[in-house]
This record gives sequence, structure tokens and C-alpha cells, in this order.
Amino acid sequence: MSSPEAALTPEISPESAPGAAPEPAAPRARLLSQETRDIILNGLWKQNPGVVQILGLCPLLAISNNVVNALSLGLATTLVMALSSGSVALVRNFIPHAIRIPAFVLIIAVLVTMVELAMHAWVPALYIVLGVFLPLITTNCIVLARVEAFASKRSTSHSVLDATMMGLGLTAVLVVLGSVREAIGKGTLFSGIDMALGPVAKDWVIPLAHDYSGFLLAVLPPGAFIGLGLLIATRNWLQEERPGH
Amino acid sequence: MIGSPYTLGGNSTSTIMLKVMLALVPGILAHAWYFGPGIWISLLVCSVFALGFEAFMLLMRGRPLKHALSDNSALLTAWLLALSLPTLAPWWLYAIGMLFAIVVAKQFYGGLGQNLFNPAMIGYAALIVSFPVNMTQWAAPVDLADHALTLLDAFDVVFAGQGSISPDAYTSATVLDTWKTQARLNTPVASILSQPMFGWAGGRGMETVAAMYLLGGLYLFWSRLITWHIPLAFLVGVAASAGLLHLIDPTQHAGPLLHLFSGGVMLGAFFIATDPVTAASTPRGKLIYAGLAGILTAIIRAFGGYPDGVAFAVLLMNICVPFIDTYTQPRVFGHGAGPKKAGKA
Repeated sequence: MSSPEAALTPEISPESAPGAAPEPAAPRARLLSQETRDIILNGLWKQNPGVVQILGLCPLLAISNNVVNALSLGLATTLVMALSSGSVALVRNFIPHAIRIPAFVLIIAVLVTMVELAMHAWVPALYIVLGVFLPLITTNCIVLARVEAFASKRSTSHSVLDATMMGLGLTAVLVVLGSVREAIGKGTLFSGIDMALGPVAKDWVIPLAHDYSGFLLAVLPPGAFIGLGLLIATRNWLQEERPGH
Repeated sequence: MIGSPYTLGGNSTSTIMLKVMLALVPGILAHAWYFGPGIWISLLVCSVFALGFEAFMLLMRGRPLKHALSDNSALLTAWLLALSLPTLAPWWLYAIGMLFAIVVAKQFYGGLGQNLFNPAMIGYAALIVSFPVNMTQWAAPVDLADHALTLLDAFDVVFAGQGSISPDAYTSATVLDTWKTQARLNTPVASILSQPMFGWAGGRGMETVAAMYLLGGLYLFWSRLITWHIPLAFLVGVAASAGLLHLIDPTQHAGPLLHLFSGGVMLGAFFIATDPVTAASTPRGKLIYAGLAGILTAIIRAFGGYPDGVAFAVLLMNICVPFIDTYTQPRVFGHGAGPKKAGKA
């Protein structure tokens, strides 16, 4: 917290940043500095890891066959990103430049192990479903990318905010892709939600159509690639319409 | 001014497409003769959806409608897909097939001439991966079916579901399917081949349809719309690898004749693998492309999980086409066989 711009932001926790207005009358611009808003906008839209940077696609494509999986892995990745960006930003001045990447990876691996053990303890069913993709968060390039490109150079609070927003941006893409694939592929939403929230959520699965025979391609790997391609195309389309017309 | 002699510009895209469709007509007639009127409905449904999707995508992309719609390429794709699919399938199956063929495989890549993959085969692949059950219920030959459907019945089946008639009454497995399941159960070859669905070469009825495709393909060759390279290499590839497998283990692998005259081999050899957009374009390249596609077809049929391998084989070879074309450039006349200028294409 030694950098000069940290003075403005430390009391804003990243999760509640957009809406946390202690005095509603205060204008937005003063509440969130330009820099903070840029970080939020970059993570969620302008530099969205899923559809703009196209980073971290391996888990994105592999696990997005239903909403619950997508959301769980997305949030787990977000948690790891926030923790690792924060930790790296804290110790960034003590890591020799030449060996920074191995050091970053070690930090990330430690944090992933913690998240993995926590999920094993509290949501074992989900832990089994996500399988190898949980430990693989370590190698997810978006985690290392934010650590190397952002956290190793900026203040701790900004790094945590950036990683959280990037993680949420990725989660949003995962959830959209997951819901489209699940809706088309199986005709349901939130199937398997009881694995994340316990047996109480058993009836929360939303069936979208009766006796829907399923569209297998959407839940198979090709569906992930086609779906992601369509999402990227949609985002580009939205982006280009604004200035032109 | 350019002096005579002039050539007549007879072969525009739309007339080429029309001629190819004309070449399909004998096969379609044979199909209707042996398998009932279902084929007319699937052709019609596919054509309507093809033109609809094509028009929609052209509008979305801001392209002129009339020119692209009248080049008949979407219609030809529709016909090729309809002939590759089981007749009497529910209408949405044809619609989804055409969606993948026209929207995903053709227009997403930039329209006619820009597509990397054969559109009809993308439609087929998407369907067989997604709806394996519907894709194995082929109309039985009319004389073998318990219940011969009239055109009106067929209309009912396609648009309103099966209704009162059980699908078992008018569908059956294909010979390739039957061969595969029976051979894996170690049924003796003679008793497999003595089933009524087997004819003189392939499946009863389907073998004649395949022979008609062969006839139409020869017309294409005679009218110089295709060269001999792709069909011959494809058929030789299928026959040679199927023959080799048959020699190794005749109880498990059917002979080359059955393979040539069943499934999509004849249609694939003359009408699908020869697609000028997605096939290799150099003479040597065509031989490599189609030969490997034929070998892959036989291998997928023998060891793969899906009943036919033509679509996957053609699509896999479509991927290799730029690579094949780069390394098979013919020597330009008058230039020595000096250092290769491979990458220059």
C-alpha cells in the first residue's frame, strides 16, 4: 500500500466497488477515481479475458457445458486471481526480476492448492465434477497474465481490483456460454446445482422445455468452440455498431 | 476490341450448379422408386430452409440478395444434404442440418467460394454427432417395409411425428450398420449376407441408387465439370483399403463391392469430394486428397463408432487442402524443374 494512488481506494473493497456508495449524493466521479473505473471497465468489457484477450480458454471451453460448472469454476478462478494478484503486489519489490515468473507460479500454485482443498472439504460433489480443472487453474494463463502485466507493477489494492474484475469478466463469459450450451444441449438451466448448494437446491433446476430430446453437439467440445466464436462475434458486433451509425 | 473466335460463356456458376443437380436426378428417381416418396419431402424441406437461411445471412451481412440466391449453390447444398440424410426424419432435423451447412459452414466463412469445409458434410456431421438415433432410422425399401407410406403419410411423419404408425414399420438399419453389429457378434458372413436387406452389391435399393449416382457422375465427367482424378482416387482408396481389410479378416470386414455401393461412397466420390471450393485443385493434389479421403472412409467404417465415414473423411481432408495444394503445384510450362517455389502459390 505504498504507492501514492492507494490513498484513494483502500476503503473500497473490490466486490462492492460499483455500488458501495456511503453517501448516495456523492457524484460517481469522486467516489471512483478514473483509474478505478478504467480497471473495472477493462476487466468486465474492454479487455474481457474470455472474448477479447482470448486467454484462459482451456477451462473455459472444457467446463462450460452447464451453468453450475461454469459459475463454480469461474468463481474459483476469480478467487485465485484476486488472492494471487494481491499477494504478488505485496511482495513485488522483493522478487528478483530474473526469476519472477517461477516465483509467481509458486505463489499461484500455493493459492490454488488452498482453494482446491477448501472446495474438497466444503463442496466435495462439485470438487469431483470440476476434477482436474481445479488444479489446472495454476496453469491458466489469465492468472499469470494479470500477475505479470498488472500486479507486479501496481499497488496492492488496484491489483486485487483488477484481478477480481478480470475474473468476473471471465466468469460472465463462462456463465453465458454455459447457459447457452446447457439450454440448447439439454433444455435445462442450473442442472446439478445441488452439488454446489446441497440437497436443498435439488428442485432449483429450471426445465426449459418438456420432453426435449437434447442437442448433443452443444454440450460436446465443438459446441464450446462454436459458442465461443458466436460470443466473440456478438461482442465485436456490439462494439462496432456504436461509432459507425 | 478482341478478335474472334469467341467462346460462349455457357458455364456460369448457376448453370454449373444446375447441371450438377441434373446429374443427381437419376439417383433421386431411383431413391423414390425403391424407398417411397419420402425423398421428395426431404428435398423440399432442405431446399426451403437452405434458401431461407441463405437469404437471412445475406441480409445480415448486407450482401445483394438476388445474385447470390439465384446462383443455385444453396439449393445444391440442400440436395446433397437431403440425399445424405435418412428420409422420413422429423423436419427440424433437416432444418438444423441446413443451419449448420448454410449459416455456419458457408456464410460464417464468407459465402460461396470462401468456405473451408464442404457445407453439406458439416451439416451431416453436426447431425450425426447430435442425433445418432434419428440418423440411423433409414426408410426401408418399399417391398421390405411392413407399411408402405404414401406421400401424404410421409408428410405426416415428417411434420407431425410418427402418429399411429410405428417407425419400425417403415424404417430399418442400413447394411453398413447391420454388417457392423452382426460381425461384432460373430454371425457367419453367409447368414449376414442372406438377409433380405442385402442386394447384389450393397443394400437392396441403395445399390441401384448408388449406381445411378455413378451414372450422373459420369455425365459430370463427360460434360467436363469434374476431372477423373478425385472420383477415381476416392473409389480406389475405398476399394483398396476395404479390400485389404477384407483379405486380412473376412469375417469382420465386408468386401470392397459392398463398401463401394453402400452408404455415401458414390455420392461422395462424384458430388461431394469434387466440390471445387473445398477440394484440392492441382492434379496431383486431387489424387492425394481424394485417395486419402477414400482410405479414411474405409478406416472410419471399419473401426469408427459411426455408421458411415464419408463425411468425416471428406472434412478431415478439407483441412489438408491448403497444405496439399501448396506442395503439388505443377511446373509452369517453359520453366525448368529447378529449385522448388513451394510457398509461392
